[in-house]
Amino acid sequence: MSANLTAASRPGLSPHTRMKNDTARGGWVLLAPERVLMLDAIAAEILTLCDGNADIGTIADELARRHSAPREEVLGDVLEMLQELRNKGLLVA
Amino acid sequence: MSTAGPPLALLAELTHRCPLGCPYCSNPLTLDRVRDELDTATWLRVIDEAAALGVLQVHFSGGEPLVRRDLATLIGHARAAGLYTNLITSAVLLDAPRLASLQVAGLEHVQISFQDTEPGNADRIAGFQGGHEKKLAAARMVREAGLALTINAVMHRQNLGHLSEMIDLALVLGAGRLEIAHVQYYGWALSNRSSLIPSREEVRNAVAVVAAARERLKGRLVIDHVVPDYYAHRPKACMGGWARQFMNIAPSGLVLPCHAAQGIPNLRFDSVKERSLREIWADSEAFERFRGTSWMPEPCRSCDRREIDFGGCRCQAMALTGDAGATDPACALSPHHARLLATAKAESEAVIPPSFVYRRYAKMPHEEESPA
Ligand code: SF4
Ligand code: SF4
Repeated sequence: MSANLTAASRPGLSPHTRMKNDTARGGWVLLAPERVLMLDAIAAEILTLCDGNADIGTIADELARRHSAPREEVLGDVLEMLQELRNKGLLVA
Repeated sequence: MSTAGPPLALLAELTHRCPLGCPYCSNPLTLDRVRDELDTATWLRVIDEAAALGVLQVHFSGGEPLVRRDLATLIGHARAAGLYTNLITSAVLLDAPRLASLQVAGLEHVQISFQDTEPGNADRIAGFQGGHEKKLAAARMVREAGLALTINAVMHRQNLGHLSEMIDLALVLGAGRLEIAHVQYYGWALSNRSSLIPSREEVRNAVAVVAAARERLKGRLVIDHVVPDYYAHRPKACMGGWARQFMNIAPSGLVLPCHAAQGIPNLRFDSVKERSLREIWADSEAFERFRGTSWMPEPCRSCDRREIDFGGCRCQAMALTGDAGATDPACALSPHHARLLATAKAESEAVIPPSFVYRRYAKMPHEEESPA
């Protein structure tokens, strides 16, 4: 099991990790065993695309299209964010 | 009047009953009796109030929450209210049918405490014969059921030498998370401090072992490490700051800003029997007393870390200085810090640690211990 994500990885939330719309504070949160992570709008958007099927390259294509942003830059940002969640055990790939 | 944002987590201490007798138990010295425990209907209401208030996670704890026959009902209700559900257990009472019923109810995560990796020593520390074996079996059951597992290891001088083995155990059992918590010295642990406190050298080694393991196990095992702050330079932000993120409900229904808060005399706690959780969170005297920074004395008041560590732990300040409103003596800027270090050094160097005072109910006249 490699800990390093690439454009070909197909990430999904770890089992027993879920997103929730936090109405009390406004915004999305990630809930995991004894942990709560507040997600900003872009993080929430990225995670919604992480369904375990789509690879990170495809996710970056989609985001670049939606936000008319340079694809390589988007890919770098997405990899960085997802790698961090992966290291925290919140993501599987 | 309060400016507090909503709490993130609720620790629901369903009972103080527990078959074990850990000498560092975080429950208060005066334990709630079974007849004082909240009934199911009240807990169900409290869970709804917590969700409406903005709580995201509920930790079902105790004592041993499995002694409550309504545990599955409460878990199911919490899950239906959208809360993330954690069970914090010693696991010696967990069997397959019980686990299945909790899982069907919606339980997501189980945290099991281990007293050591060496069975004889583990059972001695817990004061419960055969407990270690039962915990191992329960942990395997949890993983086989596909639930998330955390191993909680409370460390001290009588098991710290097995820290690497504890990390290996968490891996072998398939835990996703290991919580290495050094004993915090208030309540029962304070009574047993001289049997438990490690030396500065031992703590330093432990920190190195954890740092190396974290690096090696990145992405496989999350290790949370609560370092003993007697040897630290600055205190930790206890509970993320008093009354900022967290509330604790004792078995009798008192709402506490932290599980040890009952060790602070003259602090008035409200009960869920009398007020709603929202009102209590907003203006209960116990929550308001040390909320924010305006209560702080010097050196905290003018310190640039005052909104980082919030002056450290109130219960530790109480236990060590007699004043819950003092700067936590774990902070090197506290006038009590040097004395604290000297005590820690002297106690940790005792060749033979004194025997444990096990956690148990004080015997009252004309009273039998309540059956679990
Ligand atoms: S710390 Fe030990 S004695 Fe206290 S509740 Fe947990 S298992 Fe029981
Ligand atoms: S003086 Fe107070 S606020 Fe500053 S580091 Fe010490 S405990 Fe924290």
